[in-house]
Amino acid sequence: MKVINAVLCPGCGSLCDDNEVYVEDNKIVKVKTECAISASKFLNYNKERNTKPLVRVDGQLKPTTLEDAVERVARMLVEAEYPLLYGWSLTSCEAQKKGVELAEEVGGVIDNTTTVCHGPSILGVQDFGDPTCTLGEVKARADLVIYWGCDPSSAHPRHMKRYSSLIKGKFRTPEQRKVVVVDVRKTPTARNANLFIQVKPNQDYELITALKMLLQNEEIEEQEVAGVPVEQIEELAELMRSCEFGMLFFGLGLTMSEGKDRNIDAAITLVCELNKWTKFAIMPMRGHYNVTGANQVLTWQTGYPYAVDFSRGYPRFEPGDTTAVDVLSRGYNDATLVVASDPVANLPKDAVKHLCSKPLAVIDPHMSLTAFMADVVIPSTFVGIEEEGTAYRMDGVALLMKKIVDPPEGILSDAQILDLILKRVRELKKGR
Amino acid sequence: MVKFTLLTGRSLTQGVGKEAGKFSEKYIQEVSTCQIDPEDLKILNVKPGDCVRLTTEYGSVVLRAAASTSAHRGSVYIPYGPYANILIGTKTGGTGMPNFKGIPVEVEPAPGESVPDIKELLVKIYGRVK
Amino acid sequence: MEYLLKNGYVVDPVNKIDCERMDIAVKDGKIVESVDESKAKVIDVKNMLVMPGGVDLHSHIAGSKVNVGRLFRPEDHYKDYEVKSGVRRSGVGHSVPSVFTTGYRYAILGYTTVFEPATPPLKTLHTHDELNDIPIIDKACFPLFGNNWFVMESIRDDKLEECAAYVAWLMRTIKGYAIKVVDPGGVEAWKWGITSQDFDQEIPRFGITPRELVRGLVKVNKMLGLPHPVHLHCNQLGIPGNYKTTLKTMDAVKDLAAGDRPILHITHVQFNAYGGVDYLSLSSHADDIADYVNKNPHVTIDIGQVIFGDTTTMTADGPFEYKLFNLLRGKWANSDVEVETGAGVVPITYSRSNYVHAVMWCIGLELALLIKDPWRVFITTDHPNGGPFTEYPRVFSWLMSKKARERVLKRIPRLARVRTNLKDIDREYTFYELAISTRAATAKILGLNNKGHLGVGADADIAVYNINPKEVNPSTDYKLVRQAFSRAYLTMKDGEIIVKDGEIVAAPVGRTYWVNTRAPKDVEDVVIPEVKKRFKEYYTVEFENYCVPESYLAWSAPIQPLEPSGE
Repeated sequence: MKVINAVLCPGCGSLCDDNEVYVEDNKIVKVKTECAISASKFLNYNKERNTKPLVRVDGQLKPTTLEDAVERVARMLVEAEYPLLYGWSLTSCEAQKKGVELAEEVGGVIDNTTTVCHGPSILGVQDFGDPTCTLGEVKARADLVIYWGCDPSSAHPRHMKRYSSLIKGKFRTPEQRKVVVVDVRKTPTARNANLFIQVKPNQDYELITALKMLLQNEEIEEQEVAGVPVEQIEELAELMRSCEFGMLFFGLGLTMSEGKDRNIDAAITLVCELNKWTKFAIMPMRGHYNVTGANQVLTWQTGYPYAVDFSRGYPRFEPGDTTAVDVLSRGYNDATLVVASDPVANLPKDAVKHLCSKPLAVIDPHMSLTAFMADVVIPSTFVGIEEEGTAYRMDGVALLMKKIVDPPEGILSDAQILDLILKRVRELKKGR
Repeated sequence: MVKFTLLTGRSLTQGVGKEAGKFSEKYIQEVSTCQIDPEDLKILNVKPGDCVRLTTEYGSVVLRAAASTSAHRGSVYIPYGPYANILIGTKTGGTGMPNFKGIPVEVEPAPGESVPDIKELLVKIYGRVK
Repeated sequence: MEYLLKNGYVVDPVNKIDCERMDIAVKDGKIVESVDESKAKVIDVKNMLVMPGGVDLHSHIAGSKVNVGRLFRPEDHYKDYEVKSGVRRSGVGHSVPSVFTTGYRYAILGYTTVFEPATPPLKTLHTHDELNDIPIIDKACFPLFGNNWFVMESIRDDKLEECAAYVAWLMRTIKGYAIKVVDPGGVEAWKWGITSQDFDQEIPRFGITPRELVRGLVKVNKMLGLPHPVHLHCNQLGIPGNYKTTLKTMDAVKDLAAGDRPILHITHVQFNAYGGVDYLSLSSHADDIADYVNKNPHVTIDIGQVIFGDTTTMTADGPFEYKLFNLLRGKWANSDVEVETGAGVVPITYSRSNYVHAVMWCIGLELALLIKDPWRVFITTDHPNGGPFTEYPRVFSWLMSKKARERVLKRIPRLARVRTNLKDIDREYTFYELAISTRAATAKILGLNNKGHLGVGADADIAVYNINPKEVNPSTDYKLVRQAFSRAYLTMKDGEIIVKDGEIVAAPVGRTYWVNTRAPKDVEDVVIPEVKKRFKEYYTVEFENYCVPESYLAWSAPIQPLEPSGE
C-alpha cells in the first residue's frame, strides 16, 4: 500500500490540495480527509460507473465500440444545424479547450454549468467589477467573514477550516475573527455563526440597500427591512465598517432568488463602497471543482465566460439568448452533447424535455441521469483520480490535478475522446 | 392546500450521495425529500415521513416530508435534483438563470400516494426510454 | 526549408546595417550565410524594408488579471471580432483580445517575441496556460517579487544570500524569466487599505523601505546572473509630482552598477514622469527623467505611450487602480494575491480633449525623443494600459514625423501644449532608430542573443514591410509608415512563413523562455526547507503543488543564467 500526498480533491470549488490517499493494487482503499464529500468522491467514484460505450437501440442502451460511438456523436454534431455543447464543470481545462474547439468547428453554442449557478455573479462583475483576493488573503487578514446565501458546512465542508474563520493566519487567529451568516433559513453554518441574520426569501436586495444606507449614515424609517429588525442590520453595518479586513462570500441564495444578477450588482457595489472605510473583498462560492476553469478557458479563448455561440463563425455572448436554459426551453438547439455534467438532474423540467426530445450524446464516467436518457454514451476517466489535468479554484488559482490510479482498460479521458470526435467531425465536413 | 415559498439548494447528503451515483439510494432519498418546519407540518397535518404533493405553476410532484431543523417557517426546502426541477420553470428574464429559489408553491398532504421511482419518473416525463 | 529574401533594404542595427540592399538566407529556422538559390524558395522583397521580427518586452497578454479584463469587459469585444477562417481560430479584440487573436495580430505587425511582464507566482500556472494558447510568438513571463513576504523578510534580516536562493528557486519552479517589481511595498500596504507608499517610507509591518527592497533585489539579480535587469514599476505611479520618486529610484541603485550593463529597467515611465500637485496642475517632467537617463547608463526605460481611445488599464499596482476607480467611478476589479502581490483592472477612455490625458500623451513621446540613446529607450504602450498594441504603428509615425505630432498637438487643450515640451522637439526617428528601439535593443536587454538581429545564427524571425526607405520620407509620409507597419508584407518565424501580405497563413506553437536559475547548493539546501515550512503557515496550497512542471509548457526553452551564481 502506498500513500500519495498533496492530492487535490475533484469535489467542490474549494479545491483542497492536502489530501492523503492510500492506494493498493491500483485501488483507493483509504483517504485521510475531514470532508464527507471528498471521502465519498475518492471511495465511491467507481460505483454506478459506466465502462462501455453505449448506443440506444429500440429504446434500450446497448454496448458498442468506441469507434462506433465516436462516429455517431460526430455525425450528430455535423448534421445538426445548431448543436448545444453543455456541461464542462467536472473535467479538466484540457478537455474544456477541446470543447471550445469542437463548438467552433460545428458552429454550435457551448455553455457550462455557470449558467445555472454563478452566471448572474458574472453578469454582476461585468456591470460593476470584482473587488476580490485569493483565499490566502482571507486566511492571513480577515477579522470579519460573512457567508451570504451560502452554506459552506453543507456544500464546501472544509472552507472555514482551510481558508476563513477557523484557521490561524499570519496576522489573525480564529479567536480574532467574527462570522456572520445571512440566509433565509438557519443552516448548519448559521448555527455556528457569531451573528445570524435571517432574511426573507427574495429580499436580499432590500437588505443590501439598507446596509448601504446605514454606511452612508442615512436613517432607516422602517422597523424592519426584509424581515430583519433594523437593530440587527445596524449591528452588521457596524461590524463591516469597523473591521480591518472583511470578506463577503456569497452563494446561490443571491444568484437564484428574485433579482438574480441585480442582487450581485448590489453586493459588489456594497463591497466597493466599504473600501472607503476599510479593506473589503467579495468572492462567489463556486460549486464544482473546475467550473471556474471552464469560465477561465472560455474567456481567454473566446472573450466570454459561458454561453458562447459560434453559429456565425465568431464568438457571441447574449445571456438570455445563448444561455443553455433559454436555448433548450425555446427549442433552439437540434442536438446536444453533454460532457461532465448532469443536466437531466439539474435543469428545470421543460428544458430537460427538449433536451431529451432531440439527439443526445453524453461523455461521462458515471451512469448519470442524463446518460440514462441519452442516445450515445461514452465513458471517460475521472480527472484528479485517473487523469492529470488543470483545474481552477474558486479564487482563480490554477492547480494541477494528480493521477492516482490507472483507469479501467480502454477508457479514455474526456480530452482524448473529444479529440477523436473533433478529428472525425473535420473528416465528415471535408467530405460534404 | 397551504401556500409556501419553495427553496431549492445543496445539502451535504445530496453532495455526498451524488458521488456515489445519481441512482444511489442515498442520493435519491435525499433529493426526493422536502424539508418543512415542524410548526408548518402541524398546520398541514402531516407527520415526518408522510407524502405531500407540491404544486407550482410549472408542475406538480409527490415527495416525502421531513422535519426541518433550519427554522424556515413558510418555506419548503428541497435539495437540488430531478424531483425539485419538476416544479421549476424556465423563464430566466434575460439572465439565463431560472428561478430556483423563492417561488410560490402549494403544499397538501398526499395520503395513499407515493414518491415516484426515479427511472419511472424520468421515462414518464421525458419519454424515449423503454 | 530554405528561403532567400532577395533585394530588400535591410535594417539590422546589431550588425550595423542601415537600409542596405541585401539578401537574407534562411535555412532550418536560422539565418545562414547563403543558400542554394536553385533549391531555395526565393521571395523577392525588392524596395521593401526588412527588419528582424519585433521584440516586445512589456505587454500584458496572459494571466489572471488579463483574463479579468477580458471577462468583465464584454463591451470590449462586441464590435471587434474575428471570424474563424483557414488556420485562424475565431476570437475577439480590442484592448483585451482573446489569445488566438493576440498571436495573430502581433504576427501581422511583424512582431515575433512578446513577454508578459507581470505574473503573480501563485497564479503562474494560469499564465503559462494562456501563454501556451497564444500562437506563433515566442514568449516569457516575469514573476512579481516586490511585495513578496519571503523577499521582504530576508532583506529586512539582511540575509541576501537567502533571498537570492529563494528567488532562484521560485524563478525556476514556476518557469519565470526576470525579477519584476511593481510598486514595491505598496501592494502589501494596500492589503491593509493604505493607498500610497513612498520610496523611503517603511512598508507596514515589514520594517524595510522600498529603497532597501529594490537595492536588495538588484543585488540578488547580479548574484543570480539573470539575463535581464530588475524590471521595475515605480512607487507613486500616476500621481502628480511622482517624477521625483522616479529620479530617486533610478539613483538609488547607481552605486551598484558595474561596467556597461544596465542594472535597472524602469517600465512605462510616462506614468511616472509627472510634475504638478494635482491633476489640474499636471505637467511633464520627461525632460528631467530624460536628462538623468542620458547621463546614467545603468538604467533603461520603456515609454508606456498613451493612445487616445478606449482601453483597459491593468497592473499589479492594485492601490493605483483603486485610486483610478475613485476618479472614474466606472467598473473596478481588484485581486490581492496572498503572500506575493496584487492586481487591479479599470477601463478607461483617453480623450484628446482631456487636459490630463493630453499631457500624458505628450510625455511618452518626449521621453522617446529626448533620450538620446535608442539602445536604452524602448517603444511600448504598456499594452493595454496606454493603448492596444495594435496601435504601435501610430506611435512609430509620431516618433518619425514632427508633422504627425503637430496634427495631434493642434487638437489638444492649449494648456496641455504649454505645460509640455513636445511642441518644441524637432527630432524624428529614423528607420534605424526604430529598429533599435523595437527589436535590436529589446532583444539585447532581455539577453536573447538569437533575436533582434539578422546576423548568421540568429533565429529566422523576420519582418518585411512594404515601404521603400529610399523613396518614402517618414517625416512627411507618416501615413504610409503607419500603414506599412500595420500589416507586414511578410512575417517569418523560425524560418516559417506566418504572414503573407497581412494575412495569417500558419500558426505554429511558439517558445516559452524561462531561466533555469540556481543559487549555491549549500545555501539552497538550507533555504528551501525553511520556505517549505513557512508555506503551510503563509499559503493555502501545498508546497508540492506550487510548481509548474516543465512539461506543462507547450515548447519549453530554458536559458542558463549569464554568470555562475553566487558572489
